[in-house]
Amino acid sequence: MAKIQKAKEPFKFYTRMHLSELTGLRASTLGQLLEIVKVVNGSCIYHHTHRFLQQHQYLSPEPPNDFAYWVTEVLGEDELGERLASIDVVQFTTIRSLREKIVATIAAYLDKNLLAKVRFSREGEEFHFIKSISFVLPTNYVAYDLKDFIDVLDKITIDSIYYHIFEARLRLEKNTNDFSNWIMNSVGDERMAREISHLDPYTFTLEGLRDKVIGIIKKGILV
Amino acid sequence: MGKIDEYIPTVGQPTIDDLRLLAERLKGKVIQNINSTSVGGGVAEILHRMVPLLKEIGVDARWDLIKGGEQFFAVTKKFHNALHGTSVEITQKDFDIFLDTSRSNIEEINVYGDVVFIHDPQPLALIKNKAENKWVWRCHIDVSEPDQKTWGFLRGFIDSYDAAIFSAPAFSQKLPIRQFLISPSIDPLSDKNKELSQETIDSVLKKYDIPKDKPIITQISRFDRLKDPLGVIETYKQVKRYIDCRLVLAGGGASDDPESTEVLGEVKEAAKDDLDIHILLLAQNDIEINALQRASAVILQKSIREGFGLTVAEALWKAKPVVASNVGGISLQIAHKYSGLLCHSVEGASFAVKQLLSSPDYARRLGENGREHIKNNFLITRHLKEYMLLFLSLYHPEDIVYL
Repeated sequence: MAKIQKAKEPFKFYTRMHLSELTGLRASTLGQLLEIVKVVNGSCIYHHTHRFLQQHQYLSPEPPNDFAYWVTEVLGEDELGERLASIDVVQFTTIRSLREKIVATIAAYLDKNLLAKVRFSREGEEFHFIKSISFVLPTNYVAYDLKDFIDVLDKITIDSIYYHIFEARLRLEKNTNDFSNWIMNSVGDERMAREISHLDPYTFTLEGLRDKVIGIIKKGILV
Repeated sequence: MGKIDEYIPTVGQPTIDDLRLLAERLKGKVIQNINSTSVGGGVAEILHRMVPLLKEIGVDARWDLIKGGEQFFAVTKKFHNALHGTSVEITQKDFDIFLDTSRSNIEEINVYGDVVFIHDPQPLALIKNKAENKWVWRCHIDVSEPDQKTWGFLRGFIDSYDAAIFSAPAFSQKLPIRQFLISPSIDPLSDKNKELSQETIDSVLKKYDIPKDKPIITQISRFDRLKDPLGVIETYKQVKRYIDCRLVLAGGGASDDPESTEVLGEVKEAAKDDLDIHILLLAQNDIEINALQRASAVILQKSIREGFGLTVAEALWKAKPVVASNVGGISLQIAHKYSGLLCHSVEGASFAVKQLLSSPDYARRLGENGREHIKNNFLITRHLKEYMLLFLSLYHPEDIVYL
């Protein structure tokens, strides 16, 4: 194993917990969904596109966002459901741009499928808009080099991994994830940093993501 | 009663560490819970578990009760039914009785909490004592379609709170205060949910004279029309045409519910002459309920309305395949064809039960997925965490809170 260099700045691990805030807003048609998505608080868009990551930590057959699930399972609009489910969230660096993509996807579908406008959800199956409130806390874990880093990564909660990978990049608009940022700027390993930032984290379970990142770093240390 | 560290084998050390981390942030705050009864009912059951666990991890949680006579509780029971959307006649006299008793409680009760945590509608009017402290109303009822007269009356109090908590998204209403979604939970260490030996399970079956010769379908619920016990019997009869099985309908007697005796009579009438239907009126005995759930091949919950339906979580925690109506909070617990089967009718329920009895591998997979889902989302440790986050959010109005 190559000699492991001390990082310029240590990496401080944070964790994130969340609470769901109800808005009282609900939609029973695609048209209503579209109008509310356009104006609702960004924390709602974040909630409905990221909830599944923490609620279903294991393999789940549900589409990866609530909009896709509701459109498919409740309204029976499979094609739109597929389009919404396959929005490449990793390409978006702000909630605003992600919202615009969802709005454009629904609007384009409604333009082409007039019958979709008159489809209603059953009573009790309306789409309820929920906001995600995040609580960010420092943990006691600090890494001074890559060896420390993978030791901590191996035992830290999945909430911490979630925070540094997903929340930091999109919700806090840091452009990249915290791990890549530290490895690039404090450790100075550009190749390793890029390999981690090129992952599509939305296609992993959080445990799978943990293993993948540890694997990339271990491989990098051995080179 | 389990100590906090006893949950580690189930939820893992990091989850418990997180709870302690949050508890530290609440140092110096007194959380005063107030409800109307210390025994019976789901609220008291939850508080009996929550308050000691919060104290153990360092949160100064306390619990007080309001007082009320027979008339007051008769009125609040009417409120309860009206909020559930049942047609009930509520008169000005009812409102006056509620206000009179509330006035005495407002004068007598010592409000000392930094956070005053009011459970259900009975103590709602205590908000008149609000000073600089924070007030939260925890609604355990399905208020998706409340009787408007009652809801309008109670809104006079609710709107003065700092926040309200509901158990399912569908229960939220447009309110001028913050509303949070916190689902109830089950306690994996309680008598109702802990592991049981086969010997204990067999002894309960023997006690109630239930042979193990055929697969058992079970619904655990009060004898209440909203739980559709007659629909359960009809479901069983439709299944029985093709698959020989037994039905267990078991639940506690509700002495405060005059309708239950009538419903029990109707159920017995519908079940007469069928020796494979076992109707059990149980005294509160959590071990026996646990054993009956564990002895079953399929668990049914064919409710017409449901606040949350924790019997579903209890069954899933035991990795049992569940067939349940798609009402109230049940859809939060069951993703159709993934962690159970949802239905809307007797025919749908019987078809689903037949599928599960005929495909044991499929049934087992649904049960295992269900257990995992409950473990991740509906155990008491998640509930504790969310309550602490809620208390903290009262001091932080922003969407991203740095603690």
